[in-house]
Amino acid sequence: MAVMQTRITPSRALANQLWDENPIFRQVLGICSTLAVTNLMFNTLLMCVGLIWATAMSSLTVSVLRARIPQRIRMMTEVLIISVYVIVVDIAMRVWFPEVHKDIAAYVGLIITNCIVMGRLEAFALRNRPWPSFCDGLGSGLGYSWMLMAIATVREAMGFGTVFGRPLPAAEAWWHQWTIMVVPPGAFFVLAVATWVARGYAMRFQAAPAGGKEGEE
Amino acid sequence: MSVLAQGLAQPNGGMSLLAIFFAAAVTDNILLTRFLGMCSFLSISSQMKASVGLGLAVAFVTACTGAINAAIYWYVLAPLEAMGVPASSMQLILFIIVIAGFVQLLEMVIERVSLGLYFALGIFLPLVTVNCAILGAALFMINKGLRVADGFVYSLGCGLGWMLAIVLMAGVRWRLRTAKVPPALEGPGITLIICGTMALAFMGLSGLIK
Repeated sequence: MAVMQTRITPSRALANQLWDENPIFRQVLGICSTLAVTNLMFNTLLMCVGLIWATAMSSLTVSVLRARIPQRIRMMTEVLIISVYVIVVDIAMRVWFPEVHKDIAAYVGLIITNCIVMGRLEAFALRNRPWPSFCDGLGSGLGYSWMLMAIATVREAMGFGTVFGRPLPAAEAWWHQWTIMVVPPGAFFVLAVATWVARGYAMRFQAAPAGGKEGEE
Repeated sequence: MSVLAQGLAQPNGGMSLLAIFFAAAVTDNILLTRFLGMCSFLSISSQMKASVGLGLAVAFVTACTGAINAAIYWYVLAPLEAMGVPASSMQLILFIIVIAGFVQLLEMVIERVSLGLYFALGIFLPLVTVNCAILGAALFMINKGLRVADGFVYSLGCGLGWMLAIVLMAGVRWRLRTAKVPPALEGPGITLIICGTMALAFMGLSGLIK
């Protein structure tokens, strides 16, 4: 993978991030800020849109500026670039969704230190041209989001009996609330099961890809 | 109201420092209830010694930057906001600059003062900068309206709580080496399940506060 990275095509960069190098179950990065809001699908969706915007735009910016960023202070520069885009998200959310913003404002700010953003900048955008970098950032945001939306769907359906705030069909007849899905530990369990299923599927049906690099040493 | 909480309550009605500390470190543990600092937690907790080192570094940086950030917020940003300047948007950028700057400064000081400690900490200091628990602690502190002294205690609690969680996890993972785990669940998968169980246990203590 590392060899290919210098000549990777934009569409390949995007597709890689969706499954082969999925941020959640392959790299296990950036779980921090967003997992906390996964007990409601709408909040998760807003956070995911914010994250996609931040990864894609900061990848693009860093890639455009990559020849001009001094090596010694590059982390600091990257953090400042990311925070500019996150502040845009923060202001937009305050204007359009003031109710939701009240609940999740602190988590929106935390997109700045989300490892997946910084990780893509360090691993890809610093060494690639702007267009592939943008696709890579977009892909990692999307790869991250579809996993999180899946987790949020499970948690909201089991915890509140709703999907996007609408009750499940005939919920009162058969549905029973799982309180654990509403509280934080539920997120850990659902994420663990999601990782398990995705990796198990990859192990069984795909010719043994690199597998998890993090956390297994 | 439990007996312990009555003992901790201040006559002035606010939460006592001890209660703030206990809530931040245990019942509201920043790692187990808010998922902050997961990245370095998942990868570092496979080694006990490294966990203790990183935990100490995080606790120290969180406590110090927490106090600095609280001072910046209450003495600079809040007065500006009151004068009609939209200063709250600057909060994020200022906090992250304080944290990154503090870590850089700390690295330089340690390099001058003690080379042994410098090499022992090695990679941990840069890791601390991107640890979301530190920025998170600062943001939650402002959300809760804590002033400088309370904020310092709160941040210290958050940092030590993070350290407690990572050291506990390192201990559990040490024992896990002899366990048989399904291959697809190895590494992060099983760690997350243990996290969930641990979070349940920590939540059980929440009756002590309130």
